Amino acid sequence: MTNNKQNRARLLQGNEACVQGALYAGLNFFAGYPITPSTEIAEGLSRELPKIGGKFIQMEDEIGSIAAVIGASNAGSKAMTATSGPGFSLMQENIGYAYMTETPCVIVDVQRGGPSTGLPTKISQSDIMQARWGTHGDYTAITLAPSSVKECFEQTVRAFNLSERFRTPVTVLTDEVLGHMREMMIIPEPGELEVRHRIKPDVPADWYKHFELTANFVSPMAAFGEGYRYNVSGLTHDQAGFPTNVAAEIKEKLDKLKLKIERFSDEIVNLRTEMMDDAKIAVISCGTVARAAIQAVKIARENRLKVGAIQPLTLWPFPDAQIRELLANVRKVVVAELNMGQVVHEIRRIVPDHTEVYFLGRYDGEVMPPQQIFEKIKEVK
Amino acid sequence: MTTAAKHKSDRYEIRFSGSGGQGLILAGVMLAEAVGTGDGKNVVQTQSYGPEARGGASRSDVVISEGEIYYPKTMKLDLLLALTQEACDKYYPDLKEGGILVVDSVLVTQVPTKSYFGFPFTRLAREEIGHIMVANVIALGAIAELTGIVSRESIEKVVMKRAPRGTEEKNFKALELGIAVAKKAKKQK
Amino acid sequence: MATDVQQKSDVTHHYLRAKKKFPNVWCAGCGNGIVMGALIRAIDRLGLDKDGVAVVSGIGCSSRLPVYLDFNTLHTTHGRALAFATGVKFAKPELKVIVITGDGDALAIGGNHFIHACRRNIDITTILINNKIYGMTGGQFSPTTTAGAHATTAPYGNYEKQFDISKLAIAAGASYVARGTVYHVQQLEKLIQGAISKKGFAVVEAVSNCHTYYGRMNREGDAVAMIGWMKDHAMPIQAAVKLPPEKMAGKFVTGLLHETDATEFCEEYRMLVERLAAKEESK
Repeated sequence: MTNNKQNRARLLQGNEACVQGALYAGLNFFAGYPITPSTEIAEGLSRELPKIGGKFIQMEDEIGSIAAVIGASNAGSKAMTATSGPGFSLMQENIGYAYMTETPCVIVDVQRGGPSTGLPTKISQSDIMQARWGTHGDYTAITLAPSSVKECFEQTVRAFNLSERFRTPVTVLTDEVLGHMREMMIIPEPGELEVRHRIKPDVPADWYKHFELTANFVSPMAAFGEGYRYNVSGLTHDQAGFPTNVAAEIKEKLDKLKLKIERFSDEIVNLRTEMMDDAKIAVISCGTVARAAIQAVKIARENRLKVGAIQPLTLWPFPDAQIRELLANVRKVVVAELNMGQVVHEIRRIVPDHTEVYFLGRYDGEVMPPQQIFEKIKEVK
Repeated sequence: MTTAAKHKSDRYEIRFSGSGGQGLILAGVMLAEAVGTGDGKNVVQTQSYGPEARGGASRSDVVISEGEIYYPKTMKLDLLLALTQEACDKYYPDLKEGGILVVDSVLVTQVPTKSYFGFPFTRLAREEIGHIMVANVIALGAIAELTGIVSRESIEKVVMKRAPRGTEEKNFKALELGIAVAKKAKKQK
Repeated sequence: MATDVQQKSDVTHHYLRAKKKFPNVWCAGCGNGIVMGALIRAIDRLGLDKDGVAVVSGIGCSSRLPVYLDFNTLHTTHGRALAFATGVKFAKPELKVIVITGDGDALAIGGNHFIHACRRNIDITTILINNKIYGMTGGQFSPTTTAGAHATTAPYGNYEKQFDISKLAIAAGASYVARGTVYHVQQLEKLIQGAISKKGFAVVEAVSNCHTYYGRMNREGDAVAMIGWMKDHAMPIQAAVKLPPEKMAGKFVTGLLHETDATEFCEEYRMLVERLAAKEESK
């Protein structure tokens, strides 16, 4: 390690890495409410943000937290909140408001066991579908799933970039183990990772439409106080932002929310593979479980089994095409998750008929060890 | 492939266990930081705890490797530190064959094996250092000496850095004491 | 006189999205329009720059108000206007932030945000239009519906107790608390003007009429009758304090009910940031 690198080497918790990643991405507004196991994110930002003139506010609940974040984003801030399952549930109505009003913001959900209060200090991956379908209505979501402290940093930066690029909320799904786990990472220097900003309008105020339909479906976004005086509403609205009941305008709006992400999913989708080249069996998993899966693949290879691993770092939009391609020569798939089956439904949806899909779930608050995955591999081989 | 083989052979797993308030998580963090930032190895520190801030079972695990660490939790322990009887009973089965068991010889009276290291960490902290809170750092010193997993320079640096302000001197003395008692015990074996 | 009316109308039009958004959604005779007029004139009198004003609302009849105004307008979710507004104000303290809300929006679903916004003393002006009923959903009872009054969800008369909005706001820490009515328009305008000028959290309760639901279900007559009732039952605070309790029976007090000076939230935070910067510099 060079001296400079050594100075930037840190032993960080996953939650602390989210803090550092958010600051790297230019976060200047955080609103949150205490909830285990995400609280270190709020604590870290309550320490750091005032030092750089950024805003930290502890709101009266999670509903207020995401509301303040959306308000701040409309006032021009890069804004974020952090929570866990119960708080994520409370936020859902206003997250829908952010989709509808195309307001960039980042939500970190450090998953714990549920339903309800569930297991505040235990791991789970049961919010994957909530991240996609949590609020009512039709929309397309972006959700990222890191699996290491370094990835917590990188994916938080990426979440901001994607939220600014697509004018949409982006969820980072971590979990209790990852949030509290400590690992070494080297904090990137400024400029080392890309940092994006929302596109500002370049038209006179009279011509400005806050939801203008553009070639890539993403509208330039002015902030409150910049002279554009637009209307933002959670009611289905026209391009100017005024409520509408006109069928054609309603459809146009909802198509925009979908197409601005779906048409550009190649920019968003990101996955990792391990020993997939000659694999006959694939283990698919995300987050902390993906690390157990890779370990299990190593064990399987030592036992001369041709097994590989696929880890989606982007959960939504789901990497349909990429995974389908990776599975071209794979006959058997094991989907390992800390829930009763969420990602497995996506896999069943996309695989060809001749592919056998096996589910391995765990929902007792414990991490799935590599041995458990290896046993499943042996069982299905 | 080569990294996989390498990684398997040099993965070293340590568990600090006892009850909440004994400073076990901090001890795990100190070791992880020393090994990671000081010695430049890969390291993962995880923990398990209930809702209690004090009392209740507490454990802190550290996985160390020259290669990449995939599974972040422990699989089979190379070393188990138990500062309570309950922790010793609960985690001894997780220790691999030939693994090292280290216990507080005053607080753990029924040891499930004859091959172990017993040190009166809590008593040493009270009587030699004058502060019961540094028992964790004495244990850390003993583990550093018994395993050789961390360089002395790195662990000393981290203990001084992570010790609560005003207690640096006591913690440093505690670390040295732990190293000394372990050295003596190793010779006797 | 004609020129006076003409002038007032010009002022109003200057602040309306007149070409885009009219006619409005409100019933003929609704007090919401009167409150909107009072708000516009107050802003005009204060000489505020349109670009520097943000108007935030939740859900309900009153919350439709911002869309008609040529400011930065944020029409949010039910009950959450104050939480959104807190984000806007804290992110950009130079904006004048005004929240338009109703009795159901602010006190039932949004009650938690209301008391905490008061407690924080954040520099937001809240105009709470109190028509004692949920109008948009068709006349259900609200936290301010009079005891015994009828509503679609109180077909046998309301058996719940009421919030006293001003007492609630004062107890929770608001800096400026006032009550006006849609009959006493000039007073309302002045109270709103005072609220916007106040550095800190300000609440103006505007007693309004929902003749469509409340009036009809409780035989209180049309808009004119209901607004006439305000004329007969409102008592300015200056007079009220001199009256014996028996003379106040059936009356309600209007005017500036409470004003105090306390450090404002964004200001407090700004000082913290400066303190930390000074500490960093001295290192």
